[in-house]
Amino acid sequence: MASKVLMKGNEAIAEAAIVAGCRHYFGYPITPQTEVAAYMAKKMPKIGGCFLQAESEIAAINMVYGVSSTGHRVMTSSSSPGISLKGEGLSYLAGADLPALVVNVQRGGPGLGGIQPSQSDYFQATKGAAHGDFHMLVLAPASVQEMADLTVKGFDLADKYRMTAMILADGTMGQMMEPVSLEYDIAPPPEKPWATTGTNMQREHNIVNSLYLAPEALERENFKRYERYKYIEENEAMYEEYMTDDAEIFVVAFGIAARVAKNAINDARNRGIKAGLIRPITLWPFPKAPFVKAESQAKAVISVELSMGQMIEDVKLALDCKVPVTLCNRSGGMIPSPEQVLKAIVDADNGGAK
Amino acid sequence: MAKLTFKTDKCKGCGLCVNVCPKKVLALATEKINKKGHHPVEAVNEAECIACAFCATMCPDCIIKVER
Amino acid sequence: MVVFDKPHALSDLPMHYCPGCTHGIVHRLVAEVIDELEIEGKTIGIAPVGCSVMAYDYFNCDMIEAAHGRAPAVATGVKRALPENIVFTYQGDGDLASIGMAETVHSAARNENITVIFINNAIYGMTGGQMAPTTLPGQVTQTSPYGRDVNHCGYPIKVCEMLSTLDGPEYLERVAVNNVKNVKNAKKAIKKAFQNQVEGKGFSLVEVISSCPTNWGLTPQKALEWVDEKMIPYYPLGVYKDRSAKEAEK
Repeated sequence: MASKVLMKGNEAIAEAAIVAGCRHYFGYPITPQTEVAAYMAKKMPKIGGCFLQAESEIAAINMVYGVSSTGHRVMTSSSSPGISLKGEGLSYLAGADLPALVVNVQRGGPGLGGIQPSQSDYFQATKGAAHGDFHMLVLAPASVQEMADLTVKGFDLADKYRMTAMILADGTMGQMMEPVSLEYDIAPPPEKPWATTGTNMQREHNIVNSLYLAPEALERENFKRYERYKYIEENEAMYEEYMTDDAEIFVVAFGIAARVAKNAINDARNRGIKAGLIRPITLWPFPKAPFVKAESQAKAVISVELSMGQMIEDVKLALDCKVPVTLCNRSGGMIPSPEQVLKAIVDADNGGAK
Repeated sequence: MAKLTFKTDKCKGCGLCVNVCPKKVLALATEKINKKGHHPVEAVNEAECIACAFCATMCPDCIIKVER
Repeated sequence: MVVFDKPHALSDLPMHYCPGCTHGIVHRLVAEVIDELEIEGKTIGIAPVGCSVMAYDYFNCDMIEAAHGRAPAVATGVKRALPENIVFTYQGDGDLASIGMAETVHSAARNENITVIFINNAIYGMTGGQMAPTTLPGQVTQTSPYGRDVNHCGYPIKVCEMLSTLDGPEYLERVAVNNVKNVKNAKKAIKKAFQNQVEGKGFSLVEVISSCPTNWGLTPQKALEWVDEKMIPYYPLGVYKDRSAKEAEK
């Protein structure tokens, strides 16, 4: 059995990134993710890597852009307000088809908001990180082990599809400590013949670029990119189902909300209510498959979120609006209690009274 | 004997080379128009050229080759 | 014998710059230096946003197009990943001294071992002639139509003077390309800025006072004269910092 160590979620991300071959990290301090930077600052110089504290999140994401252009694995991490600043860089990374790993340990917003856990950057991560037509792979861990696993997976997917993989965690995931195994078979990254590493006078020059002044060319690039996105939607969606085989009340939740929801589902089962959980692990692509079952079985679906209701839109789309979907939420850094979720389940079982 | 070669089609007719030439070797064409629609530079007095390459030094479009 | 020809590191593509724009001269100087130092195969250039956004097409070395103002951050990433390669940015005044000022100052403060070519023509060219951080007091632009009023929008930024207050940077020099003598000096400065990087000396920036005939509303020749009359008096040419030279003196 693999040996386990007790780690904070943020540290698990940092160590997993190193295991995955990432030797370049750029970031700017912001609560509640600063442990990632602190871990990297300690570790990178000892393994021949580079940790650099950037002057801003904007600079950090552009340093990521630079390293990624050379074909090396690279990452940055931040929390909600910092991710907004990185938006520009995320769009350029997408436009230039550059792989990168970006971690968002979310905190409450909008504005400076607070420093407590939140999932209110769901829209930003899955639909509108910045200007232009693009997507990021969005991975939502629900344990410290998954913080590590999805970091390794994120690097692989980012390289495979030449796009940004975002770990969308929250303050709880970042701060909690759990035993974690960090033993992975790391596949070598794919060849990157497009990288700007110097021509050595052996080939035509490579250009990393997102500018296409001819609209026909820009449209062609966008269609090409969306072909790739379509393939990803069909092949890379990840999710967990919990007690859904006979479920009549489906709870949908990710990250910390899914852990709370599991407790509530156990309580509901003890009361004889057939409740089950769909936990999306990829938020983009949003897993559609488990909702086929939900559509045919469910009396009601409940979206449990640490936001004012963002994922609920994707839940409704996945269900084609054929099953009533209600929201069970807290916002601003508050976390729904198992009792709150249980009440939502009981109400739904009783015919939808909120 | 100096020799000047121009990539005439890349000339934008800015005239910086004409002005900088100490021997008045160059002039912009008065009739001729290149692919870009400019009156390109021409050597009107090549025999006077001393291959100082001032013209090429000031040419923003790198269209002049100077040989001696 | 060939006295003068296009350097190898400069591509054959026609440049999109306006007639008489001195961007082309500076491109050529950079390419000549790359040729002379025999570093084309290991050089990676970073293009800005602005008139020279398409510089990535004009150099034969590997090129990256950066977001507006972020070239020094991108260059930092490249250089940290590939310390044996030569990395330069090519940026205009809006890119380097306005939207990208933080990246400029901090890469200088870190003494990143990169070369920065900074084109100062006191105007935003690509967007059609708006006020730049380096637009002169009283200078008329599209967004300072009554002349730059320093009481309203402040004073121009003298980048070399400002950066010279930092301990970080290795070498800062301001040059111009409005006549043959100045072009030759500019070449020397650019060569030194690349040579410094080859020798691992650190952040080297060459500010090149350039012309923008189109947006200044002058002929190419008159624009070069305007550089002498207006720009150079406000932006004096010279070496603002040369750490190695200073240390050698001691």
